[in-house]
Amino acid sequence: MSNATLKELSVQLAAGACSSVELSRDFINKINNLNKVLGCFITVDTERTLAQAKSADAQRAAGRAGPLTGVPLAHKDIFCAKNWLTTCGSRMLANFVAPYDAHVVERCDAAGMVTLGKTNMDEFAMGSSNETSYFGPVRNPWNRDVVPGGSSGGSAAAVAARLAPAATGTDTGGSIRQPAALTGICGLKPTYGVVSRYGMIAFASSLDQAGPMARSAEDLGMLLNVMAGHDPRDSTSLERPAEDYNRSLEKPLLGLRIGLPREFFAAGLTPDVQRAVEAAVAEYKKLGATVVDISLPNMELSVPVYYVLAPAEASSNLSRFDGVRYGHRAAEYTDLMDMYKRSRAEGFGAEVKRRILIGTYVLSHGYYDAYYIRAQKLRRLIAGDFVQAFKQCDVIMGPTSPTTAFKLGEKSADPVQMYLSDIYTIAVNLAGLPGMSIPCGFDGGGLPVGLQIIGNYFDEAGMLNVAHQYQLVTDWHQHAPKGIA
Amino acid sequence: MALTLDDVQRAAHLARIAVDDAEAGATLVQLTRVFGMIEQMQAVDVSGIEPMSHAQDLALRLRPDVVTEADQRDRFQAVAPEVEAGLYLVPKVIE
Repeated sequence: MSNATLKELSVQLAAGACSSVELSRDFINKINNLNKVLGCFITVDTERTLAQAKSADAQRAAGRAGPLTGVPLAHKDIFCAKNWLTTCGSRMLANFVAPYDAHVVERCDAAGMVTLGKTNMDEFAMGSSNETSYFGPVRNPWNRDVVPGGSSGGSAAAVAARLAPAATGTDTGGSIRQPAALTGICGLKPTYGVVSRYGMIAFASSLDQAGPMARSAEDLGMLLNVMAGHDPRDSTSLERPAEDYNRSLEKPLLGLRIGLPREFFAAGLTPDVQRAVEAAVAEYKKLGATVVDISLPNMELSVPVYYVLAPAEASSNLSRFDGVRYGHRAAEYTDLMDMYKRSRAEGFGAEVKRRILIGTYVLSHGYYDAYYIRAQKLRRLIAGDFVQAFKQCDVIMGPTSPTTAFKLGEKSADPVQMYLSDIYTIAVNLAGLPGMSIPCGFDGGGLPVGLQIIGNYFDEAGMLNVAHQYQLVTDWHQHAPKGIA
Repeated sequence: MALTLDDVQRAAHLARIAVDDAEAGATLVQLTRVFGMIEQMQAVDVSGIEPMSHAQDLALRLRPDVVTEADQRDRFQAVAPEVEAGLYLVPKVIE
Protein backbone atom coordinates (compact mmCIF):
# COMPACT_ATOMS: atom_id res chain seq x y z
CA MET A 1 0.00 0.00 0.00
CA SER A 2 2.75 2.44 0.89
CA ASN A 3 4.31 1.94 -2.54
CA ALA A 4 1.26 3.48 -4.23
CA THR A 5 1.25 6.90 -5.87
CA LEU A 6 -0.97 9.78 -4.69
CA LYS A 7 -3.27 9.06 -7.59
CA GLU A 8 -3.56 5.37 -6.66
CA LEU A 9 -4.09 6.14 -2.98
CA SER A 10 -6.80 8.61 -3.92
CA VAL A 11 -8.58 5.89 -5.93
CA GLN A 12 -8.15 3.26 -3.18
CA LEU A 13 -9.52 5.56 -0.50
CA ALA A 14 -12.48 6.53 -2.69
CA ALA A 15 -13.23 2.85 -3.37
CA GLY A 16 -13.08 2.02 0.33
CA ALA A 17 -10.19 -0.41 -0.23
CA CYS A 18 -8.47 1.12 2.80
CA SER A 19 -9.05 3.83 5.38
CA SER A 20 -6.86 6.84 6.00
CA VAL A 21 -6.10 5.50 9.49
CA GLU A 22 -4.82 2.19 8.05
CA LEU A 23 -2.82 4.00 5.41
CA SER A 24 -1.30 6.45 7.88
CA ARG A 25 -0.37 3.65 10.29
CA ASP A 26 1.34 1.84 7.45
CA PHE A 27 3.51 4.88 6.66
CA ILE A 28 4.21 5.57 10.34
CA ASN A 29 5.48 2.00 10.75
CA LYS A 30 7.79 2.41 7.81
CA ILE A 31 9.03 5.73 9.16
CA ASN A 32 9.71 4.15 12.56
CA ASN A 33 11.70 1.39 10.86
CA LEU A 34 13.82 3.51 8.56
CA ASN A 35 14.09 7.01 10.00
CA LYS A 36 16.95 6.15 12.37
CA VAL A 37 19.06 5.14 9.38
CA LEU A 38 17.95 7.75 6.86
CA GLY A 39 17.24 10.78 9.07
CA CYS A 40 14.42 12.03 6.81
CA PHE A 41 12.17 13.35 9.59
CA ILE A 42 12.95 15.79 12.38
CA THR A 43 9.54 15.36 13.99
CA VAL A 44 6.88 12.66 13.87
CA ASP A 45 3.83 12.75 16.10
CA THR A 46 1.83 9.55 15.71
CA GLU A 47 -1.09 10.68 17.83
CA ARG A 48 -1.58 13.89 15.94
CA THR A 49 -1.25 12.10 12.58
CA LEU A 50 -3.79 9.44 13.48
CA ALA A 51 -6.24 12.03 14.82
CA GLN A 52 -6.04 13.82 11.48
CA ALA A 53 -6.50 10.52 9.62
CA LYS A 54 -9.53 9.67 11.74
CA SER A 55 -11.12 12.98 10.97
CA ALA A 56 -10.40 12.47 7.24
CA ASP A 57 -12.16 9.11 7.40
CA ALA A 58 -15.12 10.79 9.11
CA GLN A 59 -15.21 13.44 6.38
CA ARG A 60 -15.32 10.72 3.76
CA ALA A 61 -18.05 8.84 5.63
CA ALA A 62 -20.07 12.07 5.64
CA GLY A 63 -19.69 12.32 1.87
CA ARG A 64 -17.43 15.36 2.00
CA ALA A 65 -14.21 13.88 0.56
CA GLY A 66 -12.08 15.60 -2.06
CA PRO A 67 -9.50 13.86 -4.28
CA LEU A 68 -6.78 13.94 -1.59
CA THR A 69 -8.87 13.55 1.58
CA GLY A 70 -7.12 11.05 3.84
CA VAL A 71 -3.94 10.93 1.75
CA PRO A 72 -0.82 11.38 3.91
CA LEU A 73 2.10 13.68 3.11
CA ALA A 74 5.17 15.12 4.81
CA HIS A 75 5.95 18.80 5.24
CA LYS A 76 9.42 20.29 4.99
CA ASP A 77 10.30 21.69 8.42
CA ILE A 78 10.45 25.20 6.94
CA PHE A 79 6.63 25.41 7.02
CA CYS A 80 5.03 26.55 10.26
CA ALA A 81 2.40 24.03 11.33
CA LYS A 82 0.34 24.98 14.36
CA ASN A 83 1.44 23.15 17.53
CA TRP A 84 4.14 21.26 15.62
CA LEU A 85 7.80 21.74 16.37
CA THR A 86 9.06 23.83 13.43
CA THR A 87 12.86 24.01 13.45
CA CYS A 88 13.94 24.97 9.92
CA GLY A 89 16.84 22.58 10.55
CA SER A 90 18.40 25.03 13.01
CA ARG A 91 19.46 25.08 16.64
CA MET A 92 18.01 28.60 16.61
CA LEU A 93 14.50 27.12 16.37
CA ALA A 94 15.15 23.75 18.02
CA ASN A 95 12.39 24.46 20.57
CA PHE A 96 10.07 26.53 18.41
CA VAL A 97 6.49 25.27 18.41
CA ALA A 98 4.71 27.19 15.67
CA PRO A 99 1.73 29.21 16.91
CA TYR A 100 0.08 29.24 13.45
CA ASP A 101 -0.14 27.42 10.12
CA ALA A 102 1.62 28.32 6.88
CA HIS A 103 -0.77 28.90 3.99
CA VAL A 104 0.51 25.70 2.35
CA VAL A 105 -0.22 23.70 5.51
CA GLU A 106 -3.65 25.30 5.81
CA ARG A 107 -4.44 24.34 2.21
CA CYS A 108 -3.28 20.73 2.65
CA ASP A 109 -5.25 20.41 5.91
CA ALA A 110 -8.34 21.88 4.25
CA ALA A 111 -8.01 19.28 1.46
CA GLY A 112 -8.16 16.59 4.16
CA MET A 113 -4.52 15.54 3.75
CA VAL A 114 -2.80 13.94 6.73
CA THR A 115 0.55 15.23 8.03
CA LEU A 116 3.04 12.39 8.63
CA GLY A 117 5.68 14.67 10.09
CA LYS A 118 8.19 17.44 9.46
CA THR A 119 11.15 16.63 7.24
CA ASN A 120 14.83 17.32 7.72
CA MET A 121 16.48 20.06 5.67
CA ASP A 122 19.61 22.15 5.33
CA GLU A 123 19.61 24.81 8.03
CA PHE A 124 17.34 27.67 6.91
CA ALA A 125 17.34 25.99 3.46
CA MET A 126 20.98 26.97 2.92
CA GLY A 127 22.72 23.99 1.41
CA SER A 128 22.72 21.47 -1.43
CA SER A 129 23.43 18.27 0.51
CA ASN A 130 21.31 18.37 3.67
CA GLU A 131 24.55 18.29 5.67
CA THR A 132 24.05 21.70 7.29
CA SER A 133 21.05 20.54 9.35
CA TYR A 134 21.48 20.90 13.11
CA PHE A 135 19.66 17.57 13.40
CA GLY A 136 22.20 15.64 11.38
CA PRO A 137 22.45 14.65 7.74
CA VAL A 138 19.89 12.78 5.66
CA ARG A 139 21.14 9.70 3.85
CA ASN A 140 20.22 8.88 0.28
CA PRO A 141 17.99 5.75 0.11
CA TRP A 142 19.82 4.68 -3.09
CA ASN A 143 23.17 4.55 -1.28
CA ARG A 144 23.57 5.50 2.35
CA ASP A 145 27.08 6.88 1.86
CA VAL A 146 25.86 9.64 -0.45
CA VAL A 147 23.83 12.77 0.15
CA PRO A 148 20.19 13.20 -0.91
CA GLY A 149 20.83 16.76 -2.12
CA GLY A 150 19.30 19.78 -0.49
CA SER A 151 17.93 21.79 0.88
CA SER A 152 14.69 19.74 0.74
CA GLY A 153 16.74 16.57 1.32
CA GLY A 154 14.49 15.05 3.97
CA SER A 155 11.38 15.47 1.81
CA ALA A 156 13.16 13.98 -1.22
CA ALA A 157 14.61 11.00 0.66
CA ALA A 158 11.27 10.33 2.40
CA VAL A 159 9.46 10.12 -0.94
CA ALA A 160 12.25 8.04 -2.52
CA ALA A 161 12.22 5.61 0.43
CA ARG A 162 8.40 5.38 0.27
CA LEU A 163 8.08 6.84 3.77
CA ALA A 164 5.60 9.34 2.32
CA PRO A 165 3.77 9.33 -1.01
CA ALA A 166 4.50 13.03 -1.44
CA ALA A 167 6.02 15.95 0.39
CA THR A 168 6.21 19.70 0.29
CA GLY A 169 9.49 21.43 -0.48
CA THR A 170 10.86 24.89 -1.13
CA ASP A 171 13.24 26.06 -3.82
CA THR A 172 15.33 29.24 -3.61
CA GLY A 173 18.16 28.16 -5.94
CA GLY A 174 17.30 24.54 -6.72
CA SER A 175 16.25 23.12 -3.34
CA ILE A 176 13.31 21.13 -4.76
CA ARG A 177 14.76 20.14 -8.13
CA GLN A 178 18.31 19.15 -7.13
CA PRO A 179 17.33 16.76 -4.28
CA ALA A 180 14.53 15.36 -6.50
CA ALA A 181 17.17 14.59 -9.14
CA LEU A 182 19.61 13.08 -6.65
CA THR A 183 16.98 10.78 -5.12
CA GLY A 184 15.17 9.73 -8.31
CA ILE A 185 11.84 11.46 -7.65
CA CYS A 186 9.88 14.32 -9.24
CA GLY A 187 9.80 17.88 -7.96
CA LEU A 188 8.33 21.11 -9.26
CA LYS A 189 9.15 24.72 -8.42
CA PRO A 190 6.23 26.83 -9.64
CA THR A 191 6.38 30.33 -11.13
CA TYR A 192 7.31 32.80 -8.39
CA GLY A 193 4.10 33.95 -6.70
CA VAL A 194 1.90 30.93 -7.48
CA VAL A 195 2.23 29.45 -3.96
CA SER A 196 1.96 31.71 -0.90
CA ARG A 197 5.07 32.20 1.24
CA TYR A 198 2.98 32.95 4.35
CA GLY A 199 4.29 30.88 7.24
CA MET A 200 7.23 29.60 5.23
CA ILE A 201 10.35 30.65 7.11
CA ALA A 202 12.05 33.20 4.84
CA PHE A 203 15.49 32.72 3.31
CA ALA A 204 15.65 34.96 0.20
CA SER A 205 12.18 36.37 -0.26
CA SER A 206 12.45 37.39 -3.92
CA LEU A 207 13.50 33.83 -4.86
CA ASP A 208 11.79 31.48 -2.34
CA GLN A 209 8.97 29.39 -3.77
CA ALA A 210 7.24 26.28 -2.42
CA GLY A 211 6.28 23.31 -4.54
CA PRO A 212 5.33 19.63 -4.57
CA MET A 213 7.67 16.60 -4.48
CA ALA A 214 6.27 13.20 -5.47
CA ARG A 215 6.84 10.15 -7.64
CA SER A 216 5.07 11.13 -10.86
CA ALA A 217 4.19 14.25 -12.82
CA GLU A 218 0.51 13.53 -12.32
CA ASP A 219 1.03 13.41 -8.53
CA LEU A 220 2.87 16.73 -8.65
CA GLY A 221 -0.13 18.29 -10.40
CA MET A 222 -2.57 16.88 -7.85
CA LEU A 223 -0.56 18.33 -4.97
CA LEU A 224 0.07 21.64 -6.72
CA ASN A 225 -3.70 21.96 -7.20
CA VAL A 226 -3.92 21.98 -3.40
CA MET A 227 -0.86 24.14 -2.65
CA ALA A 228 -1.39 26.94 -5.19
CA GLY A 229 -3.73 29.86 -4.74
CA HIS A 230 -3.88 33.52 -3.87
CA ASP A 231 -3.22 34.58 -0.29
CA PRO A 232 -3.47 38.26 0.68
CA ARG A 233 -1.07 37.66 3.61
CA ASP A 234 1.84 37.29 1.17
CA SER A 235 2.32 40.57 -0.70
CA THR A 236 3.91 38.72 -3.64
CA SER A 237 1.18 36.07 -3.93
CA LEU A 238 -0.39 36.48 -7.36
CA GLU A 239 -4.10 36.95 -7.94
CA ARG A 240 -4.88 34.49 -10.70
CA PRO A 241 -7.92 32.36 -11.40
CA ALA A 242 -7.63 28.83 -9.96
CA GLU A 243 -6.51 26.26 -12.51
CA ASP A 244 -6.33 22.48 -12.76
CA TYR A 245 -2.63 21.83 -13.31
CA ASN A 246 -3.40 18.36 -14.64
CA ARG A 247 -5.85 19.57 -17.27
CA SER A 248 -3.58 18.89 -20.26
CA LEU A 249 -1.71 15.75 -19.16
CA GLU A 250 -3.01 13.73 -22.11
CA LYS A 251 -2.12 16.21 -24.86
CA PRO A 252 0.16 14.60 -27.49
CA LEU A 253 3.61 16.19 -27.82
CA LEU A 254 3.68 16.29 -31.63
CA GLY A 255 5.29 19.58 -32.66
CA LEU A 256 6.60 20.44 -29.18
CA ARG A 257 9.74 22.60 -29.51
CA ILE A 258 12.39 21.70 -26.93
CA GLY A 259 15.17 24.24 -26.41
CA LEU A 260 18.54 22.80 -25.44
CA PRO A 261 20.80 25.52 -24.06
CA ARG A 262 24.41 25.02 -25.17
CA GLU A 263 25.53 26.26 -21.77
CA PHE A 264 23.84 23.28 -20.05
CA PHE A 265 25.99 20.77 -21.94
CA ALA A 266 29.39 22.42 -21.51
CA ALA A 267 32.39 21.71 -19.27
CA GLY A 268 31.55 20.48 -15.77
CA LEU A 269 28.74 18.13 -16.82
CA THR A 270 29.59 14.52 -15.99
CA PRO A 271 29.36 12.04 -18.91
CA ASP A 272 26.81 9.73 -17.23
CA VAL A 273 24.42 12.61 -16.61
CA GLN A 274 24.90 13.91 -20.15
CA ARG A 275 24.16 10.45 -21.62
CA ALA A 276 20.95 10.02 -19.62
CA VAL A 277 19.69 13.51 -20.50
CA GLU A 278 20.47 13.01 -24.19
CA ALA A 279 18.65 9.67 -24.14
CA ALA A 280 15.61 11.44 -22.64
CA VAL A 281 15.72 14.04 -25.41
CA ALA A 282 15.88 11.22 -27.98
CA GLU A 283 12.75 9.74 -26.38
CA TYR A 284 11.00 13.10 -26.76
CA LYS A 285 11.90 13.17 -30.46
CA LYS A 286 10.18 9.80 -30.81
CA LEU A 287 7.11 11.40 -29.25
CA GLY A 288 7.12 13.99 -32.02
CA ALA A 289 9.07 16.82 -30.42
CA THR A 290 11.66 18.85 -32.28
CA VAL A 291 14.88 20.14 -30.79
CA VAL A 292 16.09 23.73 -31.02
CA ASP A 293 19.63 24.79 -30.23
CA ILE A 294 19.41 27.80 -27.93
CA SER A 295 21.76 29.92 -25.86
CA LEU A 296 21.50 31.47 -22.40
CA PRO A 297 24.64 33.57 -22.72
CA ASN A 298 24.59 34.98 -19.18
CA MET A 299 24.00 31.62 -17.47
CA GLU A 300 27.51 31.46 -16.01
CA LEU A 301 26.81 34.64 -14.08
CA SER A 302 23.87 33.09 -12.26
CA VAL A 303 25.94 31.48 -9.48
CA PRO A 304 27.86 34.68 -8.56
CA VAL A 305 24.71 36.81 -8.87
CA TYR A 306 22.77 34.38 -6.68
CA TYR A 307 25.51 34.34 -4.03
CA VAL A 308 25.22 38.11 -3.72
CA LEU A 309 21.43 38.46 -3.83
CA ALA A 310 20.36 35.43 -1.76
CA PRO A 311 22.77 36.14 1.13
CA ALA A 312 21.83 39.83 1.04
CA GLU A 313 18.16 38.99 1.45
CA ALA A 314 19.00 36.30 4.02
CA SER A 315 21.06 38.66 6.15
CA SER A 316 18.05 40.94 6.38
CA ASN A 317 15.46 38.16 6.89
CA LEU A 318 17.49 36.37 9.55
CA SER A 319 18.05 39.54 11.58
CA ARG A 320 14.74 38.68 13.27
CA PHE A 321 16.47 35.91 15.22
CA ASP A 322 17.78 37.96 18.10
CA GLY A 323 16.98 35.81 21.14
CA VAL A 324 14.26 38.20 22.31
CA ARG A 325 10.86 37.10 21.04
CA TYR A 326 11.46 33.46 20.11
CA GLY A 327 14.28 31.11 19.28
CA HIS A 328 17.58 30.42 20.98
CA ARG A 329 18.93 32.76 23.66
CA ALA A 330 22.45 32.28 25.01
CA ALA A 331 22.64 31.21 28.65
CA GLU A 332 25.26 33.80 29.58
CA TYR A 333 25.79 37.37 28.42
CA THR A 334 26.97 40.69 29.77
CA ASP A 335 24.60 43.16 28.08
CA LEU A 336 22.03 43.41 25.29
CA MET A 337 24.61 43.58 22.48
CA ASP A 338 26.45 40.60 23.92
CA MET A 339 23.15 38.71 24.20
CA TYR A 340 22.39 39.29 20.50
CA LYS A 341 25.88 38.31 19.42
CA ARG A 342 26.15 35.16 21.51
CA SER A 343 22.61 33.98 20.84
CA ARG A 344 23.18 34.29 17.09
CA ALA A 345 26.68 32.79 17.24
CA GLU A 346 25.32 29.74 19.09
CA GLY A 347 22.00 29.46 17.29
CA PHE A 348 23.27 29.52 13.70
CA GLY A 349 25.50 26.92 12.05
CA ALA A 350 28.62 27.64 9.98
CA GLU A 351 26.99 27.88 6.53
CA VAL A 352 24.19 30.16 7.73
CA LYS A 353 26.70 32.46 9.43
CA ARG A 354 28.82 32.47 6.30
CA ARG A 355 25.88 33.60 4.19
CA ILE A 356 24.77 36.22 6.70
CA LEU A 357 28.31 37.65 6.65
CA ILE A 358 28.42 37.67 2.83
CA GLY A 359 25.04 39.39 2.74
CA THR A 360 25.97 41.92 5.41
CA TYR A 361 29.19 42.73 3.57
CA VAL A 362 27.62 43.26 0.13
CA LEU A 363 24.94 45.51 1.63
CA SER A 364 27.38 47.54 3.71
CA HIS A 365 28.41 51.12 3.03
CA GLY A 366 30.83 51.36 0.12
CA TYR A 367 30.06 47.93 -1.36
CA TYR A 368 26.34 48.17 -2.06
CA ASP A 369 26.68 49.47 -5.65
CA ALA A 370 29.61 47.26 -6.61
CA TYR A 371 27.92 44.07 -5.44
CA TYR A 372 24.23 44.28 -4.66
CA ILE A 373 23.09 46.73 -7.36
CA ARG A 374 25.41 45.18 -9.94
CA ALA A 375 24.00 41.73 -9.15
CA GLN A 376 20.46 43.06 -9.56
CA LYS A 377 21.37 44.44 -13.00
CA LEU A 378 22.86 41.10 -14.01
CA ARG A 379 19.73 39.39 -12.75
CA ARG A 380 17.81 41.32 -15.43
CA LEU A 381 20.24 40.11 -18.11
CA ILE A 382 19.84 36.49 -16.96
CA ALA A 383 16.02 36.77 -16.96
CA GLY A 384 16.19 38.40 -20.40
CA ASP A 385 18.06 35.40 -21.81
CA PHE A 386 15.04 33.22 -21.03
CA VAL A 387 12.62 35.70 -22.63
CA GLN A 388 14.66 35.47 -25.84
CA ALA A 389 14.90 31.67 -25.60
CA PHE A 390 11.15 31.19 -25.20
CA LYS A 391 10.61 32.97 -28.53
CA GLN A 392 12.13 29.89 -30.15
CA CYS A 393 10.89 27.00 -28.00
CA ASP A 394 8.03 25.83 -25.76
CA VAL A 395 10.11 24.26 -22.98
CA ILE A 396 13.80 24.17 -22.12
CA MET A 397 15.48 20.92 -21.12
CA GLY A 398 18.81 19.98 -19.65
CA PRO A 399 20.35 18.29 -16.65
CA THR A 400 19.05 19.28 -13.19
CA SER A 401 22.49 18.92 -11.60
CA PRO A 402 25.93 18.43 -13.16
CA THR A 403 26.57 15.25 -11.15
CA THR A 404 24.62 12.49 -9.46
CA ALA A 405 24.58 12.32 -5.66
CA PHE A 406 28.01 12.83 -4.08
CA LYS A 407 29.54 11.33 -0.93
CA LEU A 408 28.74 12.76 2.48
CA GLY A 409 31.50 15.20 3.40
CA GLU A 410 32.87 15.36 -0.15
CA LYS A 411 32.01 19.01 -0.76
CA SER A 412 31.56 20.38 2.75
CA ALA A 413 35.11 21.77 2.99
CA ASP A 414 34.78 24.04 -0.04
CA PRO A 415 31.61 26.14 -0.18
CA VAL A 416 32.17 27.12 -3.83
CA GLN A 417 32.20 23.46 -4.97
CA MET A 418 28.93 22.94 -3.10
CA TYR A 419 27.40 26.06 -4.68
CA LEU A 420 28.22 24.78 -8.18
CA SER A 421 25.90 21.81 -7.58
CA ASP A 422 23.07 24.24 -8.37
CA ILE A 423 24.60 25.72 -11.51
CA TYR A 424 21.68 24.66 -13.75
CA THR A 425 18.86 25.50 -11.36
CA ILE A 426 19.72 28.94 -9.96
CA ALA A 427 19.01 30.97 -13.11
CA VAL A 428 15.40 29.72 -13.06
CA ASN A 429 14.84 31.25 -9.60
CA LEU A 430 16.51 34.51 -10.61
CA ALA A 431 14.09 34.74 -13.56
CA GLY A 432 11.11 33.58 -11.45
CA LEU A 433 10.27 30.84 -13.97
CA PRO A 434 8.77 27.42 -13.20
CA GLY A 435 11.16 24.46 -13.31
CA MET A 436 10.91 20.77 -12.53
CA SER A 437 13.02 17.65 -12.33
CA ILE A 438 12.00 14.12 -13.29
CA PRO A 439 14.06 10.91 -13.21
CA CYS A 440 15.58 9.95 -16.58
CA GLY A 441 18.11 7.20 -15.86
CA PHE A 442 21.00 6.10 -13.67
CA ASP A 443 24.76 6.57 -13.61
CA GLY A 444 27.26 3.71 -13.65
CA GLY A 445 26.98 3.38 -9.87
CA GLY A 446 23.19 3.04 -9.89
CA LEU A 447 22.45 6.58 -8.71
CA PRO A 448 19.52 8.44 -10.30
CA VAL A 449 19.85 11.23 -12.89
CA GLY A 450 17.33 14.07 -13.14
CA LEU A 451 16.04 15.75 -16.29
CA GLN A 452 15.24 19.42 -15.77
CA ILE A 453 12.26 20.89 -17.62
CA ILE A 454 11.94 24.69 -17.54
CA GLY A 455 8.70 26.28 -18.68
CA ASN A 456 7.61 29.79 -19.52
CA TYR A 457 5.87 31.86 -16.85
CA PHE A 458 2.67 30.13 -15.60
CA ASP A 459 3.12 27.13 -17.89
CA GLU A 460 3.12 24.55 -15.08
CA ALA A 461 0.29 22.64 -16.79
CA GLY A 462 2.30 22.50 -20.03
CA MET A 463 5.40 21.22 -18.20
CA LEU A 464 3.39 18.56 -16.39
CA ASN A 465 1.98 17.45 -19.76
CA VAL A 466 5.52 17.18 -21.15
CA ALA A 467 6.69 15.18 -18.11
CA HIS A 468 3.61 12.94 -18.00
CA GLN A 469 3.88 11.94 -21.66
CA TYR A 470 7.49 10.87 -21.05
CA GLN A 471 6.43 8.89 -17.99
CA LEU A 472 3.82 7.04 -20.07
CA VAL A 473 6.56 5.59 -22.30
CA THR A 474 9.40 5.20 -19.77
CA ASP A 475 9.59 3.72 -16.29
CA TRP A 476 12.50 5.61 -14.66
CA HIS A 477 10.09 7.18 -12.17
CA GLN A 478 8.90 3.73 -11.06
CA HIS A 479 12.29 2.41 -9.94
CA ALA A 480 12.71 2.06 -6.19
CA PRO A 481 15.94 1.89 -4.19
CA LYS A 482 17.07 -1.62 -3.29
CA GLY A 483 15.31 -2.99 -0.22
CA ILE A 484 12.52 -0.40 -0.49
CA ALA A 485 8.93 -1.07 -1.57
CA MET B 1 39.88 43.23 -3.94
CA ALA B 2 41.26 41.26 -1.01
CA LEU B 3 39.15 40.69 2.10
CA THR B 4 40.86 41.24 5.43
CA LEU B 5 40.28 40.05 8.98
CA ASP B 6 38.98 43.55 9.75
CA ASP B 7 36.32 43.17 7.04
CA VAL B 8 35.19 39.89 8.58
CA GLN B 9 35.05 41.36 12.08
CA ARG B 10 33.21 44.45 10.85
CA ALA B 11 30.58 42.38 9.00
CA ALA B 12 30.24 40.09 12.03
CA HIS B 13 29.64 43.12 14.27
CA LEU B 14 27.05 44.57 11.87
CA ALA B 15 25.37 41.16 11.72
CA ARG B 16 25.48 40.83 15.51
CA ILE B 17 27.33 37.52 15.47
CA ALA B 18 30.15 36.88 17.94
CA VAL B 19 33.23 35.62 16.08
CA ASP B 20 36.49 34.91 17.90
CA ASP B 21 39.90 35.37 16.24
CA ALA B 22 40.34 31.71 15.27
CA GLU B 23 36.88 31.59 13.71
CA ALA B 24 37.46 34.88 11.92
CA GLY B 25 40.60 33.42 10.33
CA ALA B 26 38.79 30.34 9.06
CA THR B 27 35.87 32.47 7.87
CA LEU B 28 38.27 34.74 5.99
CA VAL B 29 39.62 31.76 4.04
CA GLN B 30 36.11 30.60 3.07
CA LEU B 31 34.79 34.06 2.23
CA THR B 32 37.86 34.78 0.10
CA ARG B 33 36.95 31.75 -2.04
CA VAL B 34 33.33 32.84 -2.33
CA PHE B 35 34.25 36.41 -3.27
CA GLY B 36 36.77 35.04 -5.77
CA MET B 37 33.81 33.41 -7.52
CA ILE B 38 31.62 36.50 -7.12
CA GLU B 39 34.28 38.69 -8.78
CA GLN B 40 33.20 37.24 -12.18
CA MET B 41 30.42 39.81 -12.04
CA GLN B 42 32.86 42.68 -12.41
CA ALA B 43 33.81 41.70 -15.98
CA VAL B 44 30.39 42.58 -17.42
CA ASP B 45 29.35 46.00 -18.67
CA VAL B 46 26.12 46.82 -16.85
CA SER B 47 25.65 50.40 -18.01
CA GLY B 48 22.05 51.23 -18.92
CA ILE B 49 20.55 48.14 -17.25
CA GLU B 50 17.84 48.67 -14.66
CA PRO B 51 18.32 46.68 -11.45
CA MET B 52 15.81 43.82 -11.12
CA SER B 53 14.67 43.39 -7.55
CA HIS B 54 11.86 40.99 -8.21
CA ALA B 55 10.74 38.24 -10.58
CA GLN B 56 7.47 39.95 -11.39
CA ASP B 57 7.09 43.70 -11.60
CA LEU B 58 4.25 43.93 -9.13
CA ALA B 59 2.48 46.89 -7.65
CA LEU B 60 1.82 46.41 -3.97
CA ARG B 61 -1.80 45.85 -3.10
CA LEU B 62 -3.61 48.22 -0.78
CA ARG B 63 -6.10 47.09 1.83
CA PRO B 64 -8.55 48.97 4.01
CA ASP B 65 -6.90 50.43 7.10
CA VAL B 66 -8.71 48.25 9.62
CA VAL B 67 -7.66 45.83 12.35
CA THR B 68 -7.40 42.32 10.90
CA GLU B 69 -5.43 40.50 13.59
CA ALA B 70 -6.91 39.18 16.80
CA ASP B 71 -4.91 39.61 20.02
CA GLN B 72 -2.71 36.52 20.32
CA ARG B 73 -0.14 37.91 22.71
CA ASP B 74 -0.21 35.00 25.12
CA ARG B 75 0.19 32.45 22.35
CA PHE B 76 3.09 34.34 20.76
CA GLN B 77 4.80 34.95 24.08
CA ALA B 78 4.56 31.27 24.99
CA VAL B 79 7.59 30.68 22.72
CA ALA B 80 9.64 33.63 24.04
CA PRO B 81 12.85 33.05 26.03
CA GLU B 82 11.81 35.37 28.88
CA VAL B 83 8.62 37.32 29.51
CA GLU B 84 7.00 38.98 32.49
CA ALA B 85 3.61 40.67 32.75
CA GLY B 86 3.19 40.51 28.98
CA LEU B 87 6.57 42.13 28.31
CA TYR B 88 9.69 40.67 26.70
CA LEU B 89 12.64 40.81 29.09
CA VAL B 90 16.09 41.89 27.88
CA PRO B 91 19.20 43.08 29.75
CA LYS B 92 19.00 46.64 31.01
CA VAL B 93 19.94 49.15 28.27
CA ILE B 94 19.39 52.43 30.14
CA GLU B 95 20.95 53.02 33.55
